Amino acid sequence: MIPLKRTLLSSFMLLAVSNTQAQPTPNIYLQGGAQPGATACMACHGADGMGLAAAGFPRLAGLSADYLSKQLHDFQSGKRVSPVMQPLAKVLSDSEITSVTAAIAAMPAPAVPAINRSRMPDGLGEKLALRGAWDRQIPECVSCHGPGGVGVGSAFPPLANQPAMYLAAQLNAWRDGTRHNDPNDLMGHIAKAMTEDEIKAVADYFSTVGHKEVKP
Amino acid sequence: MKCLLLTCTASFLLSGAVHAATIAMEDQSQIKVPAPAEHITYFQPPQQSELPDNAYGKMVMDGYALFVDTKRQAPQFVGNGLNCTNCHLDQGRLANSAPLWGAYPMYPAYRKKNDKVNTFAERLQGCFQFSMNGGTPPAADSREITALSTYAYWLSTKAPTGVELPGRGYPDVPEPKGGYNLISGAALYKDQCAVCHGDNGQGQKVGEDYVMPPLWGKDSYNWGAGMHRINTAASFIKHNMPLGKANSLSDEQAWNVAAYVNTHERPQDPRLVEGSVEKTRLKFHANDGVNVYGQTVNGVLIGQGTE
Repeated sequence: MIPLKRTLLSSFMLLAVSNTQAQPTPNIYLQGGAQPGATACMACHGADGMGLAAAGFPRLAGLSADYLSKQLHDFQSGKRVSPVMQPLAKVLSDSEITSVTAAIAAMPAPAVPAINRSRMPDGLGEKLALRGAWDRQIPECVSCHGPGGVGVGSAFPPLANQPAMYLAAQLNAWRDGTRHNDPNDLMGHIAKAMTEDEIKAVADYFSTVGHKEVKP
Repeated sequence: MKCLLLTCTASFLLSGAVHAATIAMEDQSQIKVPAPAEHITYFQPPQQSELPDNAYGKMVMDGYALFVDTKRQAPQFVGNGLNCTNCHLDQGRLANSAPLWGAYPMYPAYRKKNDKVNTFAERLQGCFQFSMNGGTPPAADSREITALSTYAYWLSTKAPTGVELPGRGYPDVPEPKGGYNLISGAALYKDQCAVCHGDNGQGQKVGEDYVMPPLWGKDSYNWGAGMHRINTAASFIKHNMPLGKANSLSDEQAWNVAAYVNTHERPQDPRLVEGSVEKTRLKFHANDGVNVYGQTVNGVLIGQGTE
């Protein structure tokens, strides 16, 4: 004789299992969230997560889940401002954020050439990327964002293969203070020391860095 | 055969150890650098565009490559995860970040402590043995030392010889009146340093290569490096850290966090005397600024080295 409690528990577990099989976790990236207004990410960021350069929508594929989760929470709280992203982030639950950021982090990122600091820079953008402008306390971009701007850990997102329009918009937002959700004002401080020409040049550089050839 | 191999290995290891113990510049003690004056104009090193397109220009750029990408360019001489430019910012050009133009014209240097004259090549060898924990350093006439010396010479173009230029070294930061505080240092580390250097000072990598340098542990500078001194690290931190935010910490904060970093274990001092931390402390650390080598901190003997 099997106790009723255990039978119930087993059937409940069975139900849970069959439920998962019948309805896989909804793919928020492709289908959107449960609440109204939680549009699918792919609508703007592309089915492959590579963004939409012409509109300045950033690439998400391969970004750190922790970084993405922080950005979505910052959009929710207003710590990061974006008329497009804030309403979208507000209708995502915490568990939806966890699930969608894990899915995006697992999407294949484009290859980034390992452009090292010993390479001779060619032009203003690459010079800033590899050498910085230390007379104004501007470090080399790659000293935090990694070789080629590939991104480092959860606090330093990739710059490589991001649309120039997006990178320039963010640098300008750091510069004028409308974006300020960085750790210890590390990026804001740097952007405020940059000129308009430098912002444009470095944004152009990282948007095309994936196409550069690396000399051995 | 097996026995022969073993003998070979043993003798190789032994000879390696003997070589590693040969240290041309044993005295790694600090130079005194006063705090920088206000509104000072520092020496301006030349621009790369001014380099001639000949063997000299190529040698300078070879030295530059070694300086910014040391671990990959000279892997056999780098036993940790550091590059020269980690502690000499802006490729060895930046004032108050121990710029090469502040050091090169001061050599050969006489050190009273051991009544010896050391050449710049020996100074560079010291960097490899201590800061880079690299074992036997490149020979004085090697490609590495020649290229790095040429790079330093070029950065010093038109600098006076034998003159203590403003901006050289890491200018002294006075120790807090009540001494340093490890608990405050730990809190500051967590707030401002861990984002780059990691919760355990382990640095951060992309693939095999470090992007942010490890501050303690087996891949950081060893107990013989100048940076192991709390006062030297405090000076470096105050004038250079967080990256891009020089001078944002108070003197006290710089000391506290420097002490927190430098009470963690790191590779053994290659000058280790007869295998004894105490003997090494007496000979090399007892009169070398503020450091905790060979001392007991929170019940643990510091200076035992890492694997």
